[in-house]
Amino acid sequence: MNTTAEPAAPVREGEAATAEPSFLRWIENNTPGDSRLIMCIQCGTCGGSCPSGPDMDHSPRQVFAMVRAGLKDEALSSNTPWYCVSCYLCTVRCPQEVHITDIMYTLKSKAIEEGMAQVDAAKVWSETFIGYVEEYGRSFELGLATRHNIRHRPMGMTRAASLGVGMLAKGRIDLTPQVIEDVGQLRLILWKAKELEAEQ
Amino acid sequence: MKYMFYPGCSLHRSARPYLDSLAAIQEKLTMELQEVEDWNCCGATEYMSVYRAPAHALVGRNLALAQQQSNGSDTVMAACSACYLNLEKTENYMRTDEELNNKVNTALAEGDLHYDAGSIQVRHLLDIIYNDVGMDRIKNLVTNPLEGLKVAAYYGCMIVRPDVNQRWNSPEYPTVLEELMEALGAEVIDFPMKTHCCSGHMTQISSDVAYELIRRLIYGATHYEADILVTLCPMCQLNLDAYQIEMNNHFDTDYVMPILYFTQLMGLAFGIEPEELGIGREFVSAKQALAKIGAPVPDEVPEKGKPRRKKKKEEGLPMPQVSTRFNGGSK
Repeated sequence: MNTTAEPAAPVREGEAATAEPSFLRWIENNTPGDSRLIMCIQCGTCGGSCPSGPDMDHSPRQVFAMVRAGLKDEALSSNTPWYCVSCYLCTVRCPQEVHITDIMYTLKSKAIEEGMAQVDAAKVWSETFIGYVEEYGRSFELGLATRHNIRHRPMGMTRAASLGVGMLAKGRIDLTPQVIEDVGQLRLILWKAKELEAEQ
Repeated sequence: MKYMFYPGCSLHRSARPYLDSLAAIQEKLTMELQEVEDWNCCGATEYMSVYRAPAHALVGRNLALAQQQSNGSDTVMAACSACYLNLEKTENYMRTDEELNNKVNTALAEGDLHYDAGSIQVRHLLDIIYNDVGMDRIKNLVTNPLEGLKVAAYYGCMIVRPDVNQRWNSPEYPTVLEELMEALGAEVIDFPMKTHCCSGHMTQISSDVAYELIRRLIYGATHYEADILVTLCPMCQLNLDAYQIEMNNHFDTDYVMPILYFTQLMGLAFGIEPEELGIGREFVSAKQALAKIGAPVPDEVPEKGKPRRKKKKEEGLPMPQVSTRFNGGSK
């Protein structure tokens, strides 16, 4: 979502041959503000700082190299963005001030759009969560945890259930969802925003 | 001092003790909070994993409502780190990214709303307590100093990172919470893990990743002999408290590290009853730790000495044992 108009932007190597904007350009344009992805110097500070780095298919640095090399399918099918815990440690440590966490979000949403999201539990968790938000205007922890655990961790249901009972006993979870007054207004806003996003 | 208040979903549910303790101390701090009416969820880290512009439209509705209802204050305060960051990010990106600003406002117009980027200041509760209320005033309010209580001050991530508006003194080694705890009379321990991740939503996605991150933090606090770990984020509290038991099962450890909100300790130091502060609703009971400062906590605790370190591997054949490791909130 750069404010720069498309024709004024410099043509990059590998881009001139096709009419489609490069994958790199697409990611830049669809990440809010200036993602600074192009500034990555492949130093690896991101991967070295990442708390879930050991469980990622590729370090963030490698994913950025893929994006820049136009390896769209490889980048979108990596589990890396889904193991990002949104701690922003890489973002504040990056010597080039690349908005790493924001780019991970862009990659996740793009992977879902293209049907390439690899970590089903993470994708479905996000989708279930936002489903409740769109239905009620607020998150609904009990419904979310129940639906998610039945689908993704049936073997862990006993433990999850005992945690849920503990939450109930301590008055830390509700049996019924809280619904905002003007959920209709919220939906109109969200549907319009989705429409605008689809036009892009 | 008047502020708009965005509580967010967690404070109404899993982090109810955070809301209750804030309500209990708010008057003493002369904070007047006006809740944003009909606010919606901020989307946590989920909405923007699925949609880009709509995630900002979701937050944009809250900003637009705050602007519309603003009455004597242009500051929206959030106590949840994720809510705080989402509000701050959307505000910032609407201010700096014209295309996004247009999209969000076009979407908001469908609901007859509009947000003028730059018209709302987004701030975290800790920032307001530290900077607006101030340490001098806090010290004057202390009637029951937390003397002898060893506290690990834990920030988590999203309050200090990415710190869009440069409000904190460091993204990795902030010291504000420590100063506040010292002002309450507590002994602040060295806690190098103070801005490491609590695992966020990974408890639901990959237990292996989540439990290891939780273990590191609980180990760190135990290693430096904290009685209690204090936090300022509902997600951190839930992961470190409720999932501490699961983590112990996973690694066969028996850590007992109570996790409280900083507002709960403020309340205790101000002489407010523990029950009014939501103390006793934590999974890992704080009763034993708080006995050090003579605070009566309405909960049962296991008969134990100091929090134990990692259990040594037992030799020989496994023998049936009666588990007394956790109280788990049981009666």
